[in-house]
Amino acid sequence: MSAVLFFLAAIGAITGAIAVVMVRNPFYSVLALVGHLISLAALFLLLRAEFVAAAQVVVYAGAVMVLYVFVVAYVGGQDDPLHAPGGALKVLGPLFGLALAVELCIAMLGSALKGISGKGAPYVPGFGTPRQIGTQFLTTYLFPFELASLVLLVAAIGAVVLARRRRGLAEDETGPRFHPARSAFTGTMAEAAGLRPGAGTEPQADKQSEPLGVAGARDRDRDKGGW
Amino acid sequence: MAIGWYLVVSAIIFSIGAIGVLVRPNPLVILLCLELMLNAANLALVAFSRMWGNEAGQVFALIVMVIAACEVTVGLGLIVAIYRRQMAVNVDDLNELRG
Repeated sequence: MSAVLFFLAAIGAITGAIAVVMVRNPFYSVLALVGHLISLAALFLLLRAEFVAAAQVVVYAGAVMVLYVFVVAYVGGQDDPLHAPGGALKVLGPLFGLALAVELCIAMLGSALKGISGKGAPYVPGFGTPRQIGTQFLTTYLFPFELASLVLLVAAIGAVVLARRRRGLAEDETGPRFHPARSAFTGTMAEAAGLRPGAGTEPQADKQSEPLGVAGARDRDRDKGGW
Repeated sequence: MAIGWYLVVSAIIFSIGAIGVLVRPNPLVILLCLELMLNAANLALVAFSRMWGNEAGQVFALIVMVIAACEVTVGLGLIVAIYRRQMAVNVDDLNELRG
């Protein structure tokens, strides 16, 4: 039974991984990665890592993949060209990967570790439960735990700084502006508070002064704030 | 199943991720392939944790998941910033540091 489950999950995981690399549309790549992660969670369950499996499904397949889907929808999931000029890397890449796989298998199966051919240590009730993991995190591994939370905070702030709009509030006070046409009831918090004119409040003449549809010129103007 | 099988699956997934990083030009897909490689490492860590009957490997796997989430947020922020500046979202074209 466990062997059948293992092969099902392993085939699912490897198929998902291959699909991530082979599919041309990034959106389908993201969906393939979700399938891969769920198969991997089944493998974790077979290894008696219940909490890691649950975290994998909730955090990875749930939250992180939603972030991916949003960015793919924003950037536009256009297909990659089939015969793009890739150079020697297109041929050498798979060869390198194959060599890497063979080398890793030799390194791990050829190591003299006795446990590799066994089924693992005898199962103790409570192994891999949230209670055990939490005890480890708050006693032995307290410092890595706190450090991880700090890194997460820095990454969240860094993402906001990297992806924000380039123009600050002060720059809006000077010079003519152009706001691209937006649907009603959308806007920033600054516009809602009246700090800067938004789609609903800007004068009509301002809206007419520049031609619509010149996306390049508009976005260059919007991004003039620099980094 | 013997622990060795899990390690072989992990090695295969890691190699597929490495191939993807080398072959695909789209930074979004490259980030996805990095996820593949991190997950392969996670699988190996959890397998070794089972082998020794010790939770340290699972703790390490959870920390790896946190770091992967950080890497994804920063990487996706960079991709959004590149897109906002009207540049091609293609690592073959993005070969200079000047914005």
